[in-house]
Amino acid sequence: MDVVTSQTIGVEVNGTMYERDVEARRLLIHLLRDDLDLTGSHVGCDTGNCGACSVILDGTLVKSCMVLAIQVDGSSIETVEGLAGEEQLSPLQQAFSDHHALQCGYCTPGMLMSATALLRENPRPSDEEIARALQGNICRCTGYWNIFEAIKAASG
Amino acid sequence: MAAYDHAMLLSEVAYARPATLEQALELLAEHTGARALAGGQTLLNVMKARAAAPDVLVDLSGIPELKGIELGADGTLELGPMTTYTELIASSEARARPIVGEVCAQIADVQVRNRGTIGGNVCASDPTNHLPPLLVAVGAEFTVSGTGGERTVPAEEFFLGVYMTAAGPGELLTKITVPAGRSDGFASVPIGVDGTCIVNAAASLNGGVRVALGCVGATPVLVEPATADSEAVRGAVRDAGLEPPSDVHASADYRRHLAEVVAARAVEQAGKAG
Repeated sequence: MDVVTSQTIGVEVNGTMYERDVEARRLLIHLLRDDLDLTGSHVGCDTGNCGACSVILDGTLVKSCMVLAIQVDGSSIETVEGLAGEEQLSPLQQAFSDHHALQCGYCTPGMLMSATALLRENPRPSDEEIARALQGNICRCTGYWNIFEAIKAASG
Repeated sequence: MAAYDHAMLLSEVAYARPATLEQALELLAEHTGARALAGGQTLLNVMKARAAAPDVLVDLSGIPELKGIELGADGTLELGPMTTYTELIASSEARARPIVGEVCAQIADVQVRNRGTIGGNVCASDPTNHLPPLLVAVGAEFTVSGTGGERTVPAEEFFLGVYMTAAGPGELLTKITVPAGRSDGFASVPIGVDGTCIVNAAASLNGGVRVALGCVGATPVLVEPATADSEAVRGAVRDAGLEPPSDVHASADYRRHLAEVVAARAVEQAGKAG
């Protein structure tokens, strides 16, 4: 079996199909930001700690700085750009706005994707379940309190 | 394009995603600088830091026989090494040995648990990882395969050193077998909830008392106290002559103290389980 140093991959992001040549060493976050110009997902740490690059890959929440772009060939990805409709924020995004769940906003795309994944699996999470769902996402501004409030509001 | 260059973190590397175990073993045999890529939650970060620079990544995610959880009639669990922590936590079969999912739920965070694998955790042989002491305490067996065939290695012989295991060059961990049992415990002092462990201990009381200590040596230290009595457990840990590392999180003396504490807690939990 042959090994490759680059490959043409096909990937669906927020419902749009893309085809790109990627080097094997390229990380998913850089495919999204630099090749597809989807700069909503952020690079906070580059080391897998901060969660600002979190996206949903084939239904599963992952940190896109710890996945190779070449690995997502044939996959379907959701990023923060896919949450809102044409004119309207998603209920979760609206709740973040209403509850001031951000200050600088750098962590927000990751927070939104983690909370989106949580609410899909568990529409009425407890405080403890929200805390566990956000373990992989760091926010240095809010102290998390308003993020909790927003997620609780969005969970009904 | 400047942004593109700036975004390069990993050194150049070649890649293959074999569909069968046979292909994977051939690739590893053929390329001496090849490394198996499991969930990537350690290896990709190690590559970013240039602490490892494999020539070829052999991505194991496309090999169905390396995934899955099977529960035998006698309660034995057979775990595919590419099974993720999240899959183990959610699996009703894996609940036959509840401690496995319980400990996986203490590893890092949702994103890492969704992608990180049981095989990656043990093959990394990081002394602070959760699963090496756990699998030593429960008496798991590891199946290691190479192009020449397969062999079975008891967990306590699998971990050879920091980042070194009995799965040698050209070999792969292909199955983890966990015997039946329920009286298990796990305790740790981590850096923050579910963070990296400063000291951890796993205990199993399924016939005898087995305690495996993590973070206190290059590999898990197995201690077998005569009884499950707290003082007996602490005494056995004291007698083990641990020589743990000192670092910014804990001195060697403090780690020796914590080892006694978490060992006793793990045994206590094991006594209440099952």
